[in-house]
Amino acid sequence: MATTTLLNTQKKESRWGMTKKNVIWKRKDLLGLEDLSADEIALILDAAKSFKEVSTRKVKKVPTLRGKTIVSLFFEPSTRTRISFELAAKRLSADTIGITANSSSVLKGETLKDTAKNIEAMNVDVVILRHSTPGAPHLLAKVLGPSIINAGDGAHEHPTQGLLDLFTIKEKKGTLKNLKVSIIGDIAHSRVARSNIWGLKKMGADVTVCGPSTLMPVGIERMGVKVTNDLDQAIEGADVLNVLRIQVERQKKGLLPSIREYINLFGINRQRLKNAKDDMLIMHPGPINRGVELTPDVADGPCSVILEQVANGIAVRMAVLFLVTGGKE
Amino acid sequence: MTLRGKSKLMTKEALDKAVMRISHEILEKNKAIKDLAIIGIRNRGEYLAYRIADNIKKISGQEASLGILDITLYRDDLTEVAEQPQVQETRIDFDISGKDIVLVDDVLYTGRTIRCALDALIDFGRPHRIQLAVLVDRGHRELPIRADFVGKNVPTSLKEVVEVRLNESDGKDEVVICEKE
Repeated sequence: MATTTLLNTQKKESRWGMTKKNVIWKRKDLLGLEDLSADEIALILDAAKSFKEVSTRKVKKVPTLRGKTIVSLFFEPSTRTRISFELAAKRLSADTIGITANSSSVLKGETLKDTAKNIEAMNVDVVILRHSTPGAPHLLAKVLGPSIINAGDGAHEHPTQGLLDLFTIKEKKGTLKNLKVSIIGDIAHSRVARSNIWGLKKMGADVTVCGPSTLMPVGIERMGVKVTNDLDQAIEGADVLNVLRIQVERQKKGLLPSIREYINLFGINRQRLKNAKDDMLIMHPGPINRGVELTPDVADGPCSVILEQVANGIAVRMAVLFLVTGGKE
Repeated sequence: MTLRGKSKLMTKEALDKAVMRISHEILEKNKAIKDLAIIGIRNRGEYLAYRIADNIKKISGQEASLGILDITLYRDDLTEVAEQPQVQETRIDFDISGKDIVLVDDVLYTGRTIRCALDALIDFGRPHRIQLAVLVDRGHRELPIRADFVGKNVPTSLKEVVEVRLNESDGKDEVVICEKE
């Protein structure tokens, strides 16, 4: 079969209503959703649809990345993202190694750049990095040959989480255009919020952010979102509520008077949802503080797609790994 | 690479007749339609598979299972191509174990696409038999693979390109042969 090299315009539709739009992926790295075009985001989401099917097979493996080596460098704790990346790589037949800060020479004082340069010297193809410093993956992308995937850099971006949220919404609602999405909680410390806002705005969604003023970054309106401190206003008319985790470990600075006050004003329970649309989706990037940002009956309720987000994460990460390993720029 | 149109290999009528003949031959070789599965290889094999499945329904009154296979993830040239090709969905909604499968593609050339398709299919289960139907066999095999059902055999040179155009993707039905310049 000849590879098509047609430009963006040509669309094809098959009997099962799948469209094909010819956009070509050229990036070596995935650092954030801020840099991506709407077409590139759509390309990842479309590819993820195909990769999702692989995880439903009896033999959950395709030979696509056979012979590629992928290292995940996690300098911050993670369960979901790490397992998800690792499974994604393994289902594509890549070899994977995971390193955490506690088990590496970082404890002996090695710098990030030195650690990464040493990994590069071992002929690795992809480095997946989680780091508490915003911009750490961007630094590595400049100095390293292998592809760099940002798995969360401080409060800056978490692009694959943003993509899997977009994928889940699109799968459920059919489109992202003109959907009303409200992001609730600690916006200031949230990389998930930032990646979601960039991605959703590019795909034409209407985004509202809602949280206590102390956890709302100054100037967030410049990202093209509406801002409110009133949870009922954020819920009313919304198609999706993306509820962020209250990062208890970051609450020592006195930004919240108390967790109880947060629950009273911003905690989501069945009562608060009485004016919500019937088909509104409830999302959460995990891990949930049950009884804080969501009550258990809402987290496990019929509107919740939290576990589907987790399943979709693997498909989205497979798509990203596949695309960056072919990118040259 | 520019292509210069050279000559028309098949008109719409010839293409329709060839697809109909292939459908009849498939039925002749596969008596039990309940075990028959037609699986098209994206992109144009998909459309040919729909046509064959429709023909089979018209001729026999029974429906064969229908699937689409995207072979991108199994390609052996991923390290050689400039950009990653677009991955599309594979749709096989039935268990292929024990089935008599007919793989459908537009042009049979090096045989590498079919090698990928065989690998992909085997990951889904253990079919009873896999057969191959192609609209055009242009020769120049690089692997020990042959077709069971062929619309037209066309001897070609390596400089030539055989293009199957189908209404669903290209707005018209025809097969043309072009030359690379």
